This record gives sequence, C-alpha cells and structure tokens, in this order.
Amino acid sequence: MTLQTKPNIADADGFYADLIAAHDGLSEDESAAFNARLILILANQIGDRAVLDAALEAAQARR
Amino acid sequence: MLDDRYSLAFKLYPYERSADQDAAQAVRHPVIVVGGGPIGVATALDLGLQGIPVVVLDDHEGIGQGSRAICFAKRSLEIADRYGAAGPMLDKGVVWNLGKVFHEDRKVFEFNLLPESGHRFPAFINLQQPYFERFLVERLRELQADGAPIEIRGRNSVQSVEFHDDHVRLQIDTPEGPYTLEADWLIGCDGAGSPLRTMMGLDFDGRVFQDSFLIADITMKADFPTERWFWFEPSHKAGASTLLHKQPDGVWRVDFQIGWDVDRKVELKEENVRKRLDAMLGPDVEYELVWTSIYTFQCRRMKKFRHGRVLFAGDSAHQVSPFGARGANSGMQDVDNLGWKLGMVIRGEAPDALLDSYCAERRHGADENILNSTRATDFITPKSKISHIFRNAVLDLAERFEFARPLVNSGRLSVPCVYDGLPLNGPDALTGGPARTRVGSPCPDAPLGDGFLLPRLGKGFTLLTIDVEAAETIEADGVIATRVALRASDDTTGALAERYLGTAASAVYLIRPDQHVAARWESFDAAAVQDALRIACGKG
Repeated sequence: MTLQTKPNIADADGFYADLIAAHDGLSEDESAAFNARLILILANQIGDRAVLDAALEAAQARR
Repeated sequence: MLDDRYSLAFKLYPYERSADQDAAQAVRHPVIVVGGGPIGVATALDLGLQGIPVVVLDDHEGIGQGSRAICFAKRSLEIADRYGAAGPMLDKGVVWNLGKVFHEDRKVFEFNLLPESGHRFPAFINLQQPYFERFLVERLRELQADGAPIEIRGRNSVQSVEFHDDHVRLQIDTPEGPYTLEADWLIGCDGAGSPLRTMMGLDFDGRVFQDSFLIADITMKADFPTERWFWFEPSHKAGASTLLHKQPDGVWRVDFQIGWDVDRKVELKEENVRKRLDAMLGPDVEYELVWTSIYTFQCRRMKKFRHGRVLFAGDSAHQVSPFGARGANSGMQDVDNLGWKLGMVIRGEAPDALLDSYCAERRHGADENILNSTRATDFITPKSKISHIFRNAVLDLAERFEFARPLVNSGRLSVPCVYDGLPLNGPDALTGGPARTRVGSPCPDAPLGDGFLLPRLGKGFTLLTIDVEAAETIEADGVIATRVALRASDDTTGALAERYLGTAASAVYLIRPDQHVAARWESFDAAAVQDALRIACGKG
C-alpha cells in the first residue's frame, strides 16, 4: 500500500464541517488532545508502517 | 414614504398614473408582485407567458445601481431562456473557467471548471446584476407589446396589507397619493429586508456572520486574464481574504474581507479604498473606481415561504452569504418552481395544496444553499484558532497533495438542488438510469443536432420518450402531458444517452413545467403516467 494523495473522502465538505464542529467548545489544550487521539485512531486504522512513515514525511512543514 | 433607498442604474419604469387609481372601488388583480427586482420581474414573465394577468409594484422607478450579484449560473440562464430573456445575457456576460487559489501570495493550485460539453449555456457567466435585471425588463416590454397581461408600476410603495381568506388588500402610496388594490395572490419579492415580511410580522431567523466585506468595482488598463482569483491571507493585508473577478465592460470586482468592527464611512472614502487596491495591485497599476460598497451578511430563512394567499420568493424568503453565488440564482429557481404551480391553481387545474409544495421544495433548496454557503464562509473566515489552524493546514497540503484540494472552499458554485424524497415525486423506476436524472432532478441539457434538449421541455408537462413507443398525449383530470419523442441516435455525441438512459435500453420521463423530473420508467404505461401526473400536481 502507498500513501493515498488523491481525493478519497466522499462528501469532503461535510466531513470537514464535522471535523471543525468536533472542536466546538474545546480549549486549545483540549483541541490539541482531541487531535492527538484522532491521529492515533486513524493511524491504527491505517496500520501499514510504510504508509504511516510516508504520512509523517508528508505532514512535515513546508520549507 | 417614497424616499429613495438607492440611486438608479436604469430608469425603466417611471411612475405613470394607472386607471386603478381613479376606480371607485379597489380593483382586484389575480396576482400582484411586490418588488421589481430580478425575482419579481422573472415571476411576472413566468405568469405573463401563461396568460395570467400580473401587476408588479416597485417603490423605485428602475433598477438599482451597483453590480451586486455578478455570477449567474447555468440553471438561471436556462430558466431565463424559458422566458426568452437569456440571449442578451449570454451575449453580454463574461464566461470564465479557470480559478486560482492563493495563500500568502503563493499559488496553492488552480482549477478548471471543465465545462461538460453538450449544454447550450456555460456553467456560469459573470454579469452585473443591473444588466441581468434590464434584460428581464426588456423581455417584459416585448411580451407586453405582444399583448401579455403584465404591468409594472414604478413608485408604487405598499404601505399596508390586509388579509382575507380569498384575497389580500393593499394600501399603496404613489407620488399622486394613495390608492387601494386587491389581489387573489400576493408574491413578496422585495428583497432581504422585505418590508412585506416585516409588515406581516413574520420570522426571519438565522446566523449573523461577524465580518464585513468591501467591494470595489474597478476598470484597469492592465491586462488581467479572465479568471477567478482568490487569496487567503494575502501579504498585502488589504483584506484577510481577497477575491478578483472579471465582469463585462472591462470591470473587475475586488472583494476585500475587512473585519467586523469597521467604520463604513471611513472605509468607503475613496482614499482608503485606493489604499487597499494599491496594496493589492502594486503602485504602477492604473485603475478607476466604478462602484464601492460594504456588505455584511446573514444566513437565514423564513420558516414558511407560504402564508395563505401570500408567497415569498428570493431574498425575502431566504438569505445566504455571497460565497457560491447562491442568492439571485436560488431566487430564479424559486420563480421557476412557483410559476407553474400558481398558474395551475389559478386555472383550477390543481388544488391549492400544490402551493404548499412550493414551500417544501424551495425550503429544501434554501437549506442546501445555506449549508453550502455557511461552510464556505467558515472556511474563508475561520471562527476559532483551531479552525484557522486546520484551514491553513488544508491550504498548505493542497499545494503539494491533490487530496486536500477538494477541501479548499472559497465558495461551492451554485448548482440547482434535487427535490429528493419530496411529495410531488412519482416512481423512479428506470433500472440503470443515471443518478443525475433521478426523480426530483432538474433535467440536464443535451445536444440534439443543431439544437438542444431543454428548449423542448418546459411548456407544460412533457412526456420525454427515448427509443420507446408511447401515446402522443396523456391526460389526467384535465392536465395534459405532451410527448417529445426522441431516439438516442438523435444525439450522435452520446450525451443524451449518457444523461438519460445510463445502462437502460429505453426511457420514459415525465417532466414538470420547471424541467424537473417527476417520474421515470423504462417503458410506457398510460395508467402509471396518469398517476404520476396527478401526484406531480399535488393530487397524490
């Protein structure tokens, strides 16, 4: 498996709205913790180490 | 009470005394439309073309100045074409396909609308609203000359409304004093601030967005391409976001997001507008200001668009943010939906309840438009720190990875809604039929030799058959559907088959006067079509 960089989410706008709404009412620390939990859940779903490594690389800040 | 709320771009209906003002008793009209904007005039065209007498009252004498709505979608042009008004719009309008998105001055990506071929009209034209309105009024004048029973009365300001079971009574102010009219049906097309809605004490609830936008329409000597450019957080800081869009007559729309706490008078001073434009365009670009304005917006709608004998259409019934061009475009769809229903009820061909379906269907449309424009607004103007972080992460990733591009939302451009699951829908019984033409959908255009499909639909109910035998007319309780018989081979490009057959060998579509699909099957069954026809007329 390789890292999926093509659009892969049906109803992308709806997902994005739900993602942002999930943070409603959270403090900054709570938001950061929510994101951490979310990333760990998604990473476990992916499982494949090569893909996770590619994702870690892709998420590096642009220089 | 006849104050000018705005200055005019075109004085098209100067005040003239009507015989109604000298009548001993209030004259009763079948339909009165309040508001001579695009939605009011389109309503008059729809009804007038059906031969139903209609009087439009406007408190001004013509079309207000300012480009305002500039982006007219394919569906609006198709509707205007049904009224015979789309030709000049298409001639005058600017067609664009390429959009570019920038973040902090870097181009994140560009997109092409990639218009699907085989449609008479492009996905969008950019056209200043006064032109759109003028072409509608010019069409109205043509129809009047041909004897259509349409009137438009300038400087007729509705002061009060009185409700009765079978009519409404209006007190109207004019430069020559007040008079009274009665109407069997009253259509409120008097805009977001609707005085009619206020007079009736009706709700108009929703969400206020705490941001202001400064519009500057300019003409430039510089040669910019005909593209839509959108900047998130540009380094020139003239706006937290900025939009550049081309209009006819060499005019560019620049739209700066300038924050909530602004002094409108100060911001609209020419020197201050120029400061922003200079920061954006650079010091060497010469330009002239054509029009400036500051707007704020809300996303809201009335709970019900119908109140007995009064129906609301356009901004008076629902208001959206401008991102996505869903204001005037959705108003045109209201007219499209209301016109044939009101016509049938007035002619006694359908029960009064058919008008309740106007509210159900267009409220569904309004909710979809509010949802889409709210999402775009939340992306453009993030409301929390975390939402801002996500927004910028999307823009960052979108530059490198295609997956993030669909998440970038500077406005999802208006497409007509599908009336999924609503009461006028008949059976969707075409196995293998395309999703885009499912029951409730607006019919997509398709080429037919030298012409197009849509002009052949929309005069009453149509029974569209493709590669199958059927009766030439079908009648149910006095309502007639007339057959348009086609073969898939009538369109050598294959678009007709792709859009209407899918994997089916043949198709029978019952199509409403507003070109929405009422029911579809693979083969013709007279009794099934009659049942669907009754359902589509509110007799189900």
